[in-house]
Amino acid sequence: MSKQFQFKLVLLGESAVGKSSLVLRFVKDQFDDYRESTIGAAFLTQTVNLEDGTTVKFEIWDTAGQERYKSLAPMYYRNANCAVVVYDITQSASLEKARNWIRELQRQADPSIVIALCGNKSDLAVRRQVSQEEAQKYAQEEGLMWAETSAKTGDGVADIFTRIAKKLPTMAPPASRSGPGRAGTSAGRTGVDLNKQQRSITSGDQCNC
Amino acid sequence: MDEEYDVIVLGTGLTECILSGLLSVEGKKVLHMDRNDYYGGDSASLNLTQLYRKFRKDQAPPTGLGRDRDYAVDLIPKFIIASGELTKILVHTDVTRYLEFKQIAGSFVYRDGRISKVPSTEMEAVRSPLMGLFEKRRAKKFFEFLQNWRDEDSATHQGINLDKDTMKDVYEKFGLEPGTQDFIGHAMALYLDDDYITKAARPAYERIVLYTSSMARYGKSPYIYPLYGLGELPQAFARLSAIYGGTYMLDKPIDEIVTDSDGKFVGVRSGSETVKAKQVIGDPSYFGSSSESGKLRVVDDGMVVRAICILKHPIPGTDDSDSVQIIIPQNQVQRKHDIYIATVSSTHNVCAKDIYVAIVSTIVETDRPEQEIAPGLQLLGPIYEKFVTVSSIYTPIADGRADNIFITRSYDATSHFETVVDDVHDVWKRVVGKDLVLKKREVEVTE
Repeated sequence: MSKQFQFKLVLLGESAVGKSSLVLRFVKDQFDDYRESTIGAAFLTQTVNLEDGTTVKFEIWDTAGQERYKSLAPMYYRNANCAVVVYDITQSASLEKARNWIRELQRQADPSIVIALCGNKSDLAVRRQVSQEEAQKYAQEEGLMWAETSAKTGDGVADIFTRIAKKLPTMAPPASRSGPGRAGTSAGRTGVDLNKQQRSITSGDQCNC
Repeated sequence: MDEEYDVIVLGTGLTECILSGLLSVEGKKVLHMDRNDYYGGDSASLNLTQLYRKFRKDQAPPTGLGRDRDYAVDLIPKFIIASGELTKILVHTDVTRYLEFKQIAGSFVYRDGRISKVPSTEMEAVRSPLMGLFEKRRAKKFFEFLQNWRDEDSATHQGINLDKDTMKDVYEKFGLEPGTQDFIGHAMALYLDDDYITKAARPAYERIVLYTSSMARYGKSPYIYPLYGLGELPQAFARLSAIYGGTYMLDKPIDEIVTDSDGKFVGVRSGSETVKAKQVIGDPSYFGSSSESGKLRVVDDGMVVRAICILKHPIPGTDDSDSVQIIIPQNQVQRKHDIYIATVSSTHNVCAKDIYVAIVSTIVETDRPEQEIAPGLQLLGPIYEKFVTVSSIYTPIADGRADNIFITRSYDATSHFETVVDDVHDVWKRVVGKDLVLKKREVEVTE
């Protein structure tokens, strides 16, 4: 039987670098030029099938705009197995912001977290402000994965998520088969499930009648 | 900050975050601000660094307590009643997907100098040292009466009218001893004092039914608790709000509540910026005389004393439970209000291994509040570290309809969140103009 893993992935980066677009491309293979700020989704999921038969399911948390005024809750980082920190290659300031987010991750998140630094908007290379060498050097120093992507064309998007997926299972302790994250399903939960209990209390009422 | 909002919410306590989340889902444009750099306001859970910064300004956390990041120490001691109103909101809004819950392992009550488990099953009731043999029979009849009660079937009423007869009448009908009344009224109906006894019996009946049905849900106690502390609750609702377009600003000083010449709300000033909105909702700390905004819009409605105690052992006499609630009914210690103890531990991911965090609290009756909780502190055994606070309970002086300024209540001394949800309903009705209706959500089947 093939092995299955589930991991919590958090997105970080300055507003308007394309965090949501990147996920939309990865999850639905879509792109929208005039995408409004993130709205309405608790988190998205996407599965990556690796060559060795392993299946990795990502539970992807978007910042929901809470990064705008540095107001992300500790809950966001909690139990994250991996993070994609996004900058915009046409905005050098966005790499500075990415560095801050990486420091924040190193402070708040689990030490074993896998971090990928992602230079988005590679389709706009003519307006490039961040060189590949600079970003790559920084990523190497910090031990991060690095890639350039274009959510618009899809370039490099699937690739970086696959690389993360490959790096994850081997590093995860055996116990986190379904990941320590709070999955959307009740699988992997150890505590009480309120939704489930809601059902049983209803049926309990019926018995009393 | 030059945009205009429908609602500005001040303070990220649980009450404000639930309102913010529900308003955002409803389509309102919400700006949510907090002067602190963390979520939760008075209902936050703090790590060691934050805890010592709050209570011991010049002292670093002792190294004997382990890693800072392992801690999430609640500022207020409350548990979630499994079948209560907060659970309904959690399920309805689906924020349960961000949270994990564990049971509280036991519910205990103090009687005649010792603590005993509040019986949760008939077996436990039969063995419980809380009642003698004959009293057990009487209590059994009393509980059967409550369980079998049907409003529409007068045969189940045994001559009692829940809306007219007092709880005293009901206790007397079944001949229950004062000590039994104490544990039923305080450890099950969760009344803080004895005022309920002389009032119509229905609310007490409903509270006891809520307790027993919550108890039946998970078995060990009627309470559940979120992993990583109560501070997760406001964070989860804040995320709900953000997902529906709510804007979040922490670490933002609030300098002025700006009003027009008629005293109506205009906006909120922070530094040189003023953000406008139609309405403002906030916790009392933003509207008191000592608050940044100056004008007093709340009144002091009593005080609560709370002692956060860090222990290196489980509470004696609780079978080494990883978490408990202990209620000391007022009559047992010659007081007018009960003393509560709420304990959680590393099982709930709120502290390092082998550490227990107990909060002892009561409503202040004298000018020596810390002495009032002594009967509770004595039950804990050696206390490694203790942080005592005495806080006022504030209530708004106006309902906000005239000036569009809506103020929530302080967290009271009750041991659960039912009054918090009452406040949410109350504020919602004033802000939105109609009742908050939680539509029944389709429940995901996860067998």
